[in-house]
Amino acid sequence: MTELAKLTIADARDKLRAKEITATELTQSCLDAVNAADALNAYSAKTPEIASAQAAAADVRIAAGDAPDMCGIPLGIKDLFCTKGVASQAASNILNGFKPEYESTITTKLWDSGAVMLGKLNMDEFAMGSSNETSAYGPVVNPWRREGSDAKLTPGGSSGGSAAAVAADLCLAATGTDTGGSIRQPAAFVGITGVKPTYGRCSRWGVVAFASSLDQAGPMTKTVRDSAIMLGAMAGYDVKDSTSANLAVPDFEAALTGDIKGKKIGIPKEYRLDGMPAEIEKLWANGADMLRDAGATIVDVSLPHTKYALPAYYVLAPAEASSNLARYDGVRYGQRAKLQSGEGIHEMYARTRAEGFGPEVKRRIMIGAYVLSAGFYDAYYRRAQRVRTLIKKDFEDVYASGVDAILTPATPSAAFGLGEMANEDPIKMYLNDVFTVTVNLAGLPGVAIPTGTDAQGLPLGLQLIGRPWEEADMLNIAYSLETAAGFVSKPAKWW
Amino acid sequence: MAIDKEIARRAAHLARIEVKEEDLEALAGELSGILGFMEQLNEVDVEGVEPMTSVTPMDLPKRADVVNDGNQQDKILANAPDAREGFFAVPKVVE
Repeated sequence: MTELAKLTIADARDKLRAKEITATELTQSCLDAVNAADALNAYSAKTPEIASAQAAAADVRIAAGDAPDMCGIPLGIKDLFCTKGVASQAASNILNGFKPEYESTITTKLWDSGAVMLGKLNMDEFAMGSSNETSAYGPVVNPWRREGSDAKLTPGGSSGGSAAAVAADLCLAATGTDTGGSIRQPAAFVGITGVKPTYGRCSRWGVVAFASSLDQAGPMTKTVRDSAIMLGAMAGYDVKDSTSANLAVPDFEAALTGDIKGKKIGIPKEYRLDGMPAEIEKLWANGADMLRDAGATIVDVSLPHTKYALPAYYVLAPAEASSNLARYDGVRYGQRAKLQSGEGIHEMYARTRAEGFGPEVKRRIMIGAYVLSAGFYDAYYRRAQRVRTLIKKDFEDVYASGVDAILTPATPSAAFGLGEMANEDPIKMYLNDVFTVTVNLAGLPGVAIPTGTDAQGLPLGLQLIGRPWEEADMLNIAYSLETAAGFVSKPAKWW
Repeated sequence: MAIDKEIARRAAHLARIEVKEEDLEALAGELSGILGFMEQLNEVDVEGVEPMTSVTPMDLPKRADVVNDGNQQDKILANAPDAREGFFAVPKVVE
C-alpha cells in the first residue's frame, strides 16, 4: 500500500491530527514505495530503522496533542546534509564510508519538529552538475518519460534525487540545496515546487560546502503550500553559521491568501534568449497572463548584466569550491590513496584527490585554483566579484521601482536524456543554470513552480524571484500561479 | 587566454590533484574553453565598482571568547583513514 505516500504535507498533517492515519502507517507506505523504486536510483542510503523509530515517536507526540506541522512527515534528505551516524558522502568517492558524528542544523530542526528520515538522496558530486550524471552513485533517473518513449531522462541536478523522490512519491518532501539553480532546475524537470530561500535564511552548518557565498538549502515539495510549511521548519537564525540572518521567521503558510491584487510583477527582457524554444516562450507568456488575470500588474523590467551572470558564476563558484574542497586530503575522513614505497605526503594528497574526485569536480577545483592564483586573481576573481555587485544592483534597481517579484522561465528546456550531453562542451551543461544563477549571485529568494508540459508531455516550470527576506510574499504569488495553472500531472509509474 | 600544457600542470599542482602526463594536453584544452567563456567579463565596465564580498551587508558576528566545544577526540578521529594513539597518522613528512 503506497497510496499514503502520495499525500501532500498539508493533507498528511491534517489526517494525522484528525487521527485518520498514523505516522507509522504513513512512513511504512513511503518505505514500501522507496523499496519498489530502486530503478530510479534516487536514494543513496535507506534508513528504515531510524524512520520507524521517529514515526513511533511522532505518533506519541500527535496523540499527546503536541504536534508541530512537520510531525510525522516522512522526508528524504539530500546526501549533502550531514546526518549523524548515516552515510553522508556528497555523492563523492572521496567521502566513501564517511559517517558524521554530528547532525546539520537544518536536519536537527526537522527532527526536532517531529519529521521522519527515510534516507539520503542521490545528487551530483559535491552539488556540481545539472543532470545528476556526476554522482559517484550513478545518475538518478527521472520518473517522467517522453510520450511513447522509454528513453531515460535526467531529473536535473544537483538535487536530482530529491526531485525524483518527490515526483515519484518516494517521500512527502525532500531537502535540497541550491548554489546556481540546484533546487529550481530539477524541480522544473520533474514538475514539483522547489524553493531557494534568501541567502542566510537557512543555516549552512553541517551542509557540505560547495561555494559558501552562494549555497542555500531549501524545500522541494509537491505543492507551494508544502514548501511554505517545510521552509518554516528549516529556517531560522543559527549562531553556528556566521552568515545566518538573525531575523524572525514569518508564518509562510499563513501568507498564502491567493490574493495578489495590486502586486507588480516584472518581466525581464534580458531573459528572452536567442533561440529560446517557442513552448518556453509560450509558457512564460501564459504565466504572465495568469498573474494578470489574478489582479497583478505586469511590467517590463531590465536586468542589464544578466548576460554576465554565468561567466561570473563560473569564476566565483569554482574559486570558493577550490578553497572549500581543500579539506579532502585523505587525512581526517574519507578515502586515502595507496602509496608506493618511497612516496610521501605530497603524493598522498595529490593521488587521494585524483582518485576520489570525479572529472567535473576536478575541473572546477583546478579552474578555481587558477583564477585565485597570483597574477590572475585581479583579472578573473576580483573582476567577477565586481560584476557580481552590478548583477545585484540590477535587481535592487528593479525592486526600488516598486516591483514585488520577477517572473522568468525556470529552465531553457524540458528534461533531456541521460547521456545526451556526454560529448558536449562543459559550457553547454552550464547553460542549464542561465535563468537561476542570477538569483544566487544576488542572494535573493526564488521558487520554481510547474505550470505546463512540452509537446512530449514533460513538465515545464516558471520561476518567481522575490525581494530579499520576502519569501512569504513570493510564495503567495507562487500559490496564485499554481492555482491558476492547475498543474496536476504525475509521471505514469513504470519503475 | 589559451592554457598550455605547462599552465595546466601548474593548475593541477595548485589544486593538489595528480594528472597523468598524457592527460595534460586534453586538460589544457578543457580549461582553455572554460576560461574563454569567462573572457566575456572583460566587456563589462567595472570602473569604480566595489567587489561584492558579502551577500548581506552585515558585520561578521563575533562570539564570546570562551571554550564552547571540545573533549571529543574519539569523535574527531572516528572517520580518519589512519588514526593511532589519539592522532591522525600520515606518511613521514620530514626525513
